[in-house]
Amino acid sequence: MNTYLRPALSILLLLTLITGVAYPFAMTGLAQMLFPHAANGSLIERDGKLVGSALIGQNFVSERYFHSRPSATSTADPVDATKTIDAPYNAASSSGSNLGSSSKALKDAIVERAAAYGQGPLPADLVTASGSGLDPHLSPAAALVQVTRIAKSRGIPVDALQRMVEGHIEGRELGVIGQPRVNILVLNLALDKIKP
Amino acid sequence: MTSDLVQAALYFGLLIAMAIPIGRYMASVFAGQAQFLAPIERVILAPAGTIARLDQRWTAYALALLAFNAAGFLLLFLILRFQHLLPFNPAGMEPLSGHLAFNTAISFVTNTNWQSYGGETTMSHFSQMAGLTTQNFVSAASGMAVAAAVARGFAGRQVKTLGNFWQDLVRSTLYILLPMSLVLALVFVALGVPQTLQASVDATTLEGAKQTIALGPVASQIAIKQLGTNGGGFFNVNSAHPFENPTALANLFSMLAILAIPVAFCFTYGRMVGDRRQGYALFAAMGIMLLVAFAALYAAERIPNPLHSALIDPATGNMEGKEVRFGLVNSVLWAVSTTAASNGSVNAMHDSFTPLGGLIAMLNIQLGEIVYGGVGVGLTGMLLFVILTVFLAGLMVGRTPEYLGKKIEAREVKLAALTLLVMPLGVLVLAALAIATGTAQTSVQDAGPHGLSEVLYAYSSATGNNGSAFAGFNANTVWHNTCLGLAMLLGRFGYIIPILAIAGSLAGKKITPASAGTFPTHGPVFVTLLVVTILIVGALTFLPVLALGPIAEHVSMLVGRTF
Repeated sequence: MNTYLRPALSILLLLTLITGVAYPFAMTGLAQMLFPHAANGSLIERDGKLVGSALIGQNFVSERYFHSRPSATSTADPVDATKTIDAPYNAASSSGSNLGSSSKALKDAIVERAAAYGQGPLPADLVTASGSGLDPHLSPAAALVQVTRIAKSRGIPVDALQRMVEGHIEGRELGVIGQPRVNILVLNLALDKIKP
Repeated sequence: MTSDLVQAALYFGLLIAMAIPIGRYMASVFAGQAQFLAPIERVILAPAGTIARLDQRWTAYALALLAFNAAGFLLLFLILRFQHLLPFNPAGMEPLSGHLAFNTAISFVTNTNWQSYGGETTMSHFSQMAGLTTQNFVSAASGMAVAAAVARGFAGRQVKTLGNFWQDLVRSTLYILLPMSLVLALVFVALGVPQTLQASVDATTLEGAKQTIALGPVASQIAIKQLGTNGGGFFNVNSAHPFENPTALANLFSMLAILAIPVAFCFTYGRMVGDRRQGYALFAAMGIMLLVAFAALYAAERIPNPLHSALIDPATGNMEGKEVRFGLVNSVLWAVSTTAASNGSVNAMHDSFTPLGGLIAMLNIQLGEIVYGGVGVGLTGMLLFVILTVFLAGLMVGRTPEYLGKKIEAREVKLAALTLLVMPLGVLVLAALAIATGTAQTSVQDAGPHGLSEVLYAYSSATGNNGSAFAGFNANTVWHNTCLGLAMLLGRFGYIIPILAIAGSLAGKKITPASAGTFPTHGPVFVTLLVVTILIVGALTFLPVLALGPIAEHVSMLVGRTF
């Protein structure tokens, strides 16, 4: 038995030290030195206060802001800890809806979300929940759909807002990879800047 | 559509361009020619004594692997059970329950990385690093060692041994996984993946709400999770989380990392058996299946859902559970790669795929994780099908089957045929048991045929050592944690032990020179035969139950029925 036990234990221990301790700590040191902004979560501050992360979406309900995609994240119910309640964009507990294509709950949710916009058909991302529940982006079309509402509530001309959305479109990376998109937190920050 | 195909072509092209040099390098590592880390290698192997230097017969090789994995299981189980007493627990995480620790320890030791828990709400940093990251490395290295041993056995000329497990294990870690992870982790951080010991920060949103953002040493773990076909995420939603996969470029690097080593193993194998064409043939057979799976899944995800078509512009596709920055095509490419490679990380929620899209992902796993498959074990799983295929070809022409000049006899065919029982046992029998006891029904999220798909996917993923999920399924119960744990053990060692036994028996055989009557195992005829054999076995086993799950759901969806 010793023939196998001794190498198993000694090698496991040494490899744990190398791959499970030295490697992550060395990477943490290097990352903090080389890329401190990214290594700490790409955080955004406004007037010295932390308002979020450029990579993590936020929940917007006010008429005055562009709304992010629906989010299926939840949190523990403060009344009964064994249950959960809806908590969109809970960045401490990522989650998708995991509802299947034939789900009645999914269909009802889409009907309800679409009703807020009136006219159809809508871009899919505007009325479906993302995988993470923290998607920071919308497709340009889904952002443009919201322009009239914001123009009205903030008193900004529609075409100025449209230009603003178009100015915030991030193209495909290297021109080929990914999809054109708009970061909603960044867009709303810009919105507050021109007309708080 | 054109842009989608360009992105797919770019991915497949880069993948092959990377895999060829990696394959050559790995062959030199397994031949002991890479020496630049020899001092570290000596330090790690020294306490083990002479046993870590001598060549082993297949039985000793297998026992060493089992002993190492058993020790790994025990250590991880203890770390998870006592994480509240260990350091680096800034969020004050509680210890895992016994059944969850059992399931998770097996999951990471078998390279499955099925997660019955949500990372950011369950694991301390110490558990993530010393526990899970370590197993990400060594479970992958164990699989790579098996492939090296099997290649030596297939190539050997009347030898008794397959190499030394301890050496192969340490070399795979030091020379292959560790350097690649170092580079990839830094690239990930540069693209936005956090790497910090802080547990979280609190932000005040523009509307004045408090948002707690979970952080951690993410980059170091996800680099190896991709390279080692592990797939266990730092966060609950895995690579759909913007911190694990912040941009489409990070997504491309991740997808390349998922398949690079599995694809490279085809070329490594060709070199190790001294006939590169044998490696190309396996590469081609797997490549055909990968491309077909991609085309099918892509088409499925573009089928408009008549239930939503009045409200959603059908051209924008099925976006439920998908992220805008990746879009449909990168979610599909990822799903195909991760289920083909037994990686199991996800960048979109497979549970919300269209019924046929989910079917393709599931079938990829059910075929036995051999379309490139897990690092090392994907190749050896494919070799089991190669043996069955040459046996079938031998039956057709009435000659003793041969592979690489060696006679394939009753012992080898019996062992290979035995492994055909692994998937049906783990998937069909255990899922049926869960349904019969009612434990499946209480864990599914969706009603109707999709509920059955959720159960099937869970047991397929565990047995195939994949680790992805139809995540609406609540697996964190005593029953499922236990049964899925057993399925993972069956799916790991149910293949590894027989293939090592076959390699041991082939190692001792004479090589007969090829003659006019020899059936070549590198041409298009053989590749076709191999693919057909795999598909027939997979289809015969799983088509009936798939008809009750995803196919039934697809038909109901088309007629507008919801559940």
